Amino acid sequence: MNSVIKGASYVLAHTPQMVVYNGTTQTTERIVNPESEYLKELESHLRSYEECVNYWPNQVYIGNATPEDLAGVEFPYYDKVKEGAERYGKYGEIMPEEEFILLVQACDQFEVVKVDKEFVSAHKAAFAADPIITEDIVARVEEGVELSEIEAAVNDEHAEGIYVAGKLVACVKRAHDIDVNLSAHVMHENLMSKASSVLALLYGVKNAGISKDDVEYVIDCAEEACGDMNQRGGGNFAKAAAEIACLNNATGSDSRGFCAGPSHALIEAAALVKSGAYKCVAVTAGGCTAKLGMNGKDHVKKGLPILEDCLAGFCVILSENDGVNPEINLDILGRHTVGTGSAPQNVIGSLVADPLERAGLKITDIDKFSPEMQNPDITKPAGAGDVPLANYKMIAALAVKRGELDRKELASFTTGHGLTGWAPTQGHIPSGVPYIGFAREDILAGKMKNAMIIGKGSLFLGRMTNLFDGVSFVIQANTKAEAEAAAGVSEEEVKGLIAKAMKDFAASLMAE
Amino acid sequence: MDLENQKRVKEFAEEYGAENLVVILGAAEGEAAGLAAETVTAGDPTFAGPLTGVQLGLTTYHVCEPEMKEEFDEAVYDEQISMMEMVLDVDDIISEMSAIRDEFCKFL
Repeated sequence: MNSVIKGASYVLAHTPQMVVYNGTTQTTERIVNPESEYLKELESHLRSYEECVNYWPNQVYIGNATPEDLAGVEFPYYDKVKEGAERYGKYGEIMPEEEFILLVQACDQFEVVKVDKEFVSAHKAAFAADPIITEDIVARVEEGVELSEIEAAVNDEHAEGIYVAGKLVACVKRAHDIDVNLSAHVMHENLMSKASSVLALLYGVKNAGISKDDVEYVIDCAEEACGDMNQRGGGNFAKAAAEIACLNNATGSDSRGFCAGPSHALIEAAALVKSGAYKCVAVTAGGCTAKLGMNGKDHVKKGLPILEDCLAGFCVILSENDGVNPEINLDILGRHTVGTGSAPQNVIGSLVADPLERAGLKITDIDKFSPEMQNPDITKPAGAGDVPLANYKMIAALAVKRGELDRKELASFTTGHGLTGWAPTQGHIPSGVPYIGFAREDILAGKMKNAMIIGKGSLFLGRMTNLFDGVSFVIQANTKAEAEAAAGVSEEEVKGLIAKAMKDFAASLMAE
Repeated sequence: MDLENQKRVKEFAEEYGAENLVVILGAAEGEAAGLAAETVTAGDPTFAGPLTGVQLGLTTYHVCEPEMKEEFDEAVYDEQISMMEMVLDVDDIISEMSAIRDEFCKFL
């Protein structure tokens, strides 16, 4: 029987100073053009925490508004305020930078994160007051060190500085003197990913209404790699984050596939549950510091705030079929194969039309499609257009080519079967998965019957292959009752029959 | 434009001669196509890559422009490009590309 989606979480950590010091657009600029106007102007374009919370797409991401609500907001979004915006939402929260730094320190097992004493005492109470942060995590927060110790580490030992409002407050030290894979830069990147994944896991378990001990396996599908010089990318983010989140019965592993990673991971998780290997699997991913401010140059040039100022994370909990929650239908899987080719037509064909055709369905039989859900407020000013809309146009055009849609219905298809993008441009984060929380709820409420999640990845970025990649799957309303009715006997009846047979057998043995 | 791609374009221009090179783009937006076209003609406008300050003046077209379309086998074009042709704002792409070519292309 198919696995079900028990719950989902979506979290953000507002990290504007990491935009300045860790986003690759900015670090590259500092190397090639250190005196640039962009770097001078950058700080004045950073948003305050309140502005970040009030931002419509962020409120949609954590579940305080729906994609349908966002579609009703006049574009652009950066100059609008979401009335009643809150830090906490149905799916997660937007954590302030100060508290996130303490979470990062709590996630550090090798004493590489050092935080200023005064900073710890100023923010520890607020961190502890976050309802999702458990006592054992608070207990991991150390008292802190003198600022001079942090300054010395940054100035003399290549430590990566962590700043708040332009002031050095903490650092990540290198974990090895010469191993580049354990350098301060890599440790910083990996710890940020781990900490945001921990936050996502905590909310994922809570939102699914399960016990932490129920989770048997965790799959991390972020885009970072951890390991030392002998096994770069050895892993295991999944288990490392599960440890801090106290998922004591879980093991796990990392799965990678660029932006398509989450979709690959969800299919793998659904298969693990359906096969019976594990009863409950969490798919999780933390955020990526390198992508902070990725389109910052265009945003600053056009007078916009830096909109890529949050690390994002998500978690989806899959479990055995409970007869209630929506299922991942493993009979309808799209896959971009080695032989598919990279023309958009072939890509969309392999991910959307082919799997539906194999299942005897048409493109129009799917209520909503969730491809790359990037927030157009971020991508349009950078010349990349409205990514979700471009995907919907391609899906619609393919439906027209296949004779499943009239050309006149092209425009209405994009609104009827599409969504307005709201996800931060954190690579793997926008790729299909941000809609799973909403899709689950709308299917449960009977507002729709199914949705297709599409993950796509640009493998050529790793210079190992020029191939493109992608996989897709369909979420549908629960079919357990129908399946049992069709089978003629329910699981309980089968159990009853087996019990009776055993009894009869025992009785016959006794009689002999 | 991706820094590695800029490097490859620059290397190809050195190896084969700028007059023998045509850069075909597949960008989804007029503006993005224009930025890539500017990069391989007038130099990298973002001042980040190897083509910063390098005015190669290469011949460049978007794959949906009519000059390119007529070079294709019709069946191949239909199989590989026609769906995107339906989706893209081809007029906007043509206008962006033509403007860049008129101003910076050295070989037309």
